Amino acid sequence: MIEAIVFLPLAGAIIAGLISLAGARARHPGGDTVEHAGHDAHHDAHGGAGHAHAAAVHTDDDHGHDDHHAAEPAAAGSRAAELITTALLFVSAALSWVVFVNVGFLKQDALIRLAPWIVSGDLNVLWSLRVDTLTAVMLVVVTSVSSLVHLYSMGYMDEDPHRPRFFGYLSLFTFAMLMLVTSDNLVQLFFGWEGVGLASYLLIGFWYKKPSANAAAIKAFVVNRVGDFGFALGIFAIFALVGSTDFTTIFAAAPGLTDKTINLLGWHADALTLTCLFLFMGAMGKSAQFLLHTWLPDAMEGPTPVSALIHAATMVTAGVFMVARLSPLFELSPDAQAVVMFFGATTAFFAATVGLVQNDIKRIVAYSTCSQLGYMFVAMGAGAYSVGMFHLFTHAFFKALLFLGSGAVIYAMHHEQDIRNMGGLKDRIPFTYGTMVIGTLALTGFPLTAGYFSKDAIIESAAVAHNPFAMYAFLLTVAAAGLTAFYSWRLIFKTFHGEPHDVKHYEAAHEAPLTMLVPLAILAAGSILAGFPFKDVFVGHGVDEFFRESLSLKAGILDEMHHLPATVVYLPTLMMVAGFLVSWLFYIRRPYLPVELATQHPLLYKFLLNKWYFDELYEVIFVRPAKWIGYTLWKKGDGFLIDGFGPDGVSARVLDATRAAVKVQSGYLYHYAFAMLIGVAGLMTWFMFGLGGQ
Amino acid sequence: MTTWPILSVVTFLPLVGAALIWLLPGRDEAADRNARWIALWTTLINFAVSLILVARFDSSLAGFQFEENAPWLDGVIQYHMGVDGISLPFVILTTALMPFCIAASWRSVKSRVPAYMVAFLILETLMVGTFSALDLVLFYLFFEGGLIPMFFIIGVWGGPRRVYASFKFFLYTLLGSVLMLLAIMALYWNAGTTDIPTLMKTAMPHTLQTWAWLAFFASFAVKMPMWPVHTWLPDAHVEAPTAGSVILAAILLKMGGYGFLRFSLPMFPLASHDFAPLIFALSAIAIIYTSLVALMQEDMKKLIAYSSVAHMGFVTMGIFAGTMQGVAGGVFQMISHGIVSGALFLCVGIIYDRMHTREIAAYGGLVNRMPLYAFVFLVFTMANVGLPGTSGFVGEFMTLIGTFKVSVTTAFFATTGVILSAAYALWLYRKIVYGALVKPSLATIKDLTWREAAILLPLVALTILFGVYPKPVLDMSAASVQQLVDNYSQAVTAVKAAALVQ
Repeated sequence: MIEAIVFLPLAGAIIAGLISLAGARARHPGGDTVEHAGHDAHHDAHGGAGHAHAAAVHTDDDHGHDDHHAAEPAAAGSRAAELITTALLFVSAALSWVVFVNVGFLKQDALIRLAPWIVSGDLNVLWSLRVDTLTAVMLVVVTSVSSLVHLYSMGYMDEDPHRPRFFGYLSLFTFAMLMLVTSDNLVQLFFGWEGVGLASYLLIGFWYKKPSANAAAIKAFVVNRVGDFGFALGIFAIFALVGSTDFTTIFAAAPGLTDKTINLLGWHADALTLTCLFLFMGAMGKSAQFLLHTWLPDAMEGPTPVSALIHAATMVTAGVFMVARLSPLFELSPDAQAVVMFFGATTAFFAATVGLVQNDIKRIVAYSTCSQLGYMFVAMGAGAYSVGMFHLFTHAFFKALLFLGSGAVIYAMHHEQDIRNMGGLKDRIPFTYGTMVIGTLALTGFPLTAGYFSKDAIIESAAVAHNPFAMYAFLLTVAAAGLTAFYSWRLIFKTFHGEPHDVKHYEAAHEAPLTMLVPLAILAAGSILAGFPFKDVFVGHGVDEFFRESLSLKAGILDEMHHLPATVVYLPTLMMVAGFLVSWLFYIRRPYLPVELATQHPLLYKFLLNKWYFDELYEVIFVRPAKWIGYTLWKKGDGFLIDGFGPDGVSARVLDATRAAVKVQSGYLYHYAFAMLIGVAGLMTWFMFGLGGQ
Repeated sequence: MTTWPILSVVTFLPLVGAALIWLLPGRDEAADRNARWIALWTTLINFAVSLILVARFDSSLAGFQFEENAPWLDGVIQYHMGVDGISLPFVILTTALMPFCIAASWRSVKSRVPAYMVAFLILETLMVGTFSALDLVLFYLFFEGGLIPMFFIIGVWGGPRRVYASFKFFLYTLLGSVLMLLAIMALYWNAGTTDIPTLMKTAMPHTLQTWAWLAFFASFAVKMPMWPVHTWLPDAHVEAPTAGSVILAAILLKMGGYGFLRFSLPMFPLASHDFAPLIFALSAIAIIYTSLVALMQEDMKKLIAYSSVAHMGFVTMGIFAGTMQGVAGGVFQMISHGIVSGALFLCVGIIYDRMHTREIAAYGGLVNRMPLYAFVFLVFTMANVGLPGTSGFVGEFMTLIGTFKVSVTTAFFATTGVILSAAYALWLYRKIVYGALVKPSLATIKDLTWREAAILLPLVALTILFGVYPKPVLDMSAASVQQLVDNYSQAVTAVKAAALVQ
């Protein structure tokens, strides 16, 4: 059954991929001849017209805002590809819920060894599927959201000519994500990790004609690779310390590593702390944490269902999952936990501040995602891993909902994404409006919605954490709670309330088809129901019973959370109400206020609008220097130094000498053969005659 | 065990094919066609025969198998052939890639076809010979001899600056080969034999090891190529015809690594240990330096050539780490790089054949008209980046994990390669494949022909197969690598113990 969950999406991906390739082949037959420009000049008019037509289509695409390829017919087999992948995903999701119950409540953990992978000496890496409660939670999150996103995409992408490819990528992503969460060792985790990175790259760059999409895709991959640099080193360090990459072996050996050191560049670092920090660097990349966050907002170039699945619900939470999976290691390294908490809190606050002023509907939700991931890491840093996982679980529903809802808005507005051009849509698309409000309530932590339970628990865990950054994290997460409420309601108010700003689009706005509304409805239900029923097993007394050995929580942290004073407990809710009220004041009651505020504080406004100038900073300190160094090494290092004093210099002399000595045409070849002959002849002579004496 | 000299057959069968082509009458279309077919069938049959080696190979044995021994010159130099787990993968790599090279030259080579095919067949003999020779002099003949057909291939069928490229190659190689010859003599003086298995068991004085190591290093480092003697490679690649580039990247570069494994590590373990920090430094520099340079290239082949240097940096690093994973990873990385870089050069060749330019700026948006090509190129780009699930990952990962145990600092700097390789490889892919197809010259470009697809798709399959199931290659070399690593660490610890006693 577990094999089916993991490999059905792969089967779907392969089938869709083959359909896509076969269709592409039919449309673009092979041939190794090219009509060159010279021939074209005296070509018949028909061919010329064809070219002009093609060029016109491409220009359209360049300027098009979203997935408008109406000029191209849909790929052959589009329907089959989407039906097959979606059906397989739904089967996988259904099975996942069965496994969730089996593992979480009936305690039937599983470990399936599939095949050897990298086996060499004491390095023994297997393909295997490990399902404990932690994995089971991820399984239901990944397959549920993925199947709904597949279904949703059938509607959202209906005009796109490349649907088989799209669904193939989506299923490929799901497979890689499932390999990631079912991994029993660090290397397979890394496989899934990079696999989702590949799928993310392909899907962000899905509309490959858009230069911005291509740039965003590369940025996502490369920034993630910066994190992977740390992740890889972490794996190497673990292997050097423990001699294995299997989780069971690592966790068993971890307590014995507390006094070991690793000598890195002459710095004798505590082995466990350094290893955890290396691994966390990977998590920071994948989960878009402060300093490595720059790729996530740009990733919104991809189609909206992709943003919902990959850049909200699943892939970006892989970093959180990784820290939870390695909780026995992090528990032994308080310094690493402090770093985790610091970055989590900083991200939660930083991303929320940027989210305040963005105008692209998807970017607002993206920064919100970034911020919520920060929350999860705060819980990880506090040692309250189950609490972080709870937020991961609830967040997947309401954030996927918000993204898919945004997608429905974008769909209704004919690919308009700027909220300044929206307004008043609640009357045109009431269903979408309703679900978006539910998502927003959950995100802001309105009492009894899913987010209320998980987010408040995180803030409580920060309040009781024994960590140098506990107070810092508590204050920032509370502040971010207020900011979250503000920007979330700002989005709702500017999109759905007030006067329409673009009457033409407003008039044409229409509710999305059923394939898109059904996932919205299910996710809206999830945004409410994922909270209370699961509260006990994630943050209550059922945690030990539910998670068992799959997490190693800091002893007593959940009990301390239950004994917090009421003022602390109600603080986030108060902040949420405050954020809502300010937002309401700014965008419903007194709409001129935000404009005045922005003009009064232009520096602050610009600073936030430009995302704290991180992109510009990185351009100056990393990208340009790398290019400059590369160019200099090439021209000066290779060209001037090595070649100049090496072969070019020598060959100039040799050429002079040989020209004088022998007049051989293109002597290079004979020179070599000659030298070789002399060598061989010398050797033979030496053996035949020199040895005769012995 | 064997009833017939199978290794000699694999080595010299291509020569038979070459002779057949040479004896063919006529210099017309028909003769060209015959030459192509004879070359293809020869390489295919040779590959099939080499598979018998795989079938009969006992991977549990560490020593040499299929040995053939015949006195040759004065009873000292012998015709001694044999393969172990380290050399057999390279023999198979060579025989497996040759048919692809012949097929890749089917349409693109139009002048002097019979001579071209003869050159490739002779080259195959010399390359297989290099990997299976067990006598120093025999090895030297094959090793250096392989360059002659390569010179012909670059010099006759190469690009406009072929004279410069060949000269550069010549100068670099000359120095190394003279020094290696001297070292071979010195080894003979010391042990009284040129038999490689015997020499591997002979203990050598530390000073001799040092000098011999340096002399061999001079030759192998150029072949590898290691920084800073790598500058011949980009020029040679750029000027070589497609199949020449494939052979150069896939097999000739591996001779240096093979040499380190066959000579430096087993015969001069103490010197290898002494010089390991030097190798580490050069490898880490190579990885970072050439990756940065690759980032700025304007010529596709140069970019891939520079990335080859970076990938070979992982190999040298892993080999001289002297750990099981490092050495086995080095072998695997070479095999994987043979497939992947060979395939990348084939990919470049396919669009070069259509457009006759290698300039990156001349392309863009190929996916719009060449979707299958885009898919194939993506797989190899990702393998070049070292994405898990492709063979490129396994080698990189193993060499790094093997090195980390020995030198954290080297592994630290070498791992930055994962960031840089992603940057240059994806940038190349984006510039060539993605984007809108707006250049008028590309407006009528067509996707892969069935011949081209038949060349590339098996390589795609191998890249992914070895990425998820590298066991066949790893198992083949495991016993021999284990023995090599054991002997190496024994020799090193013995000296350390002796030093402590004193």
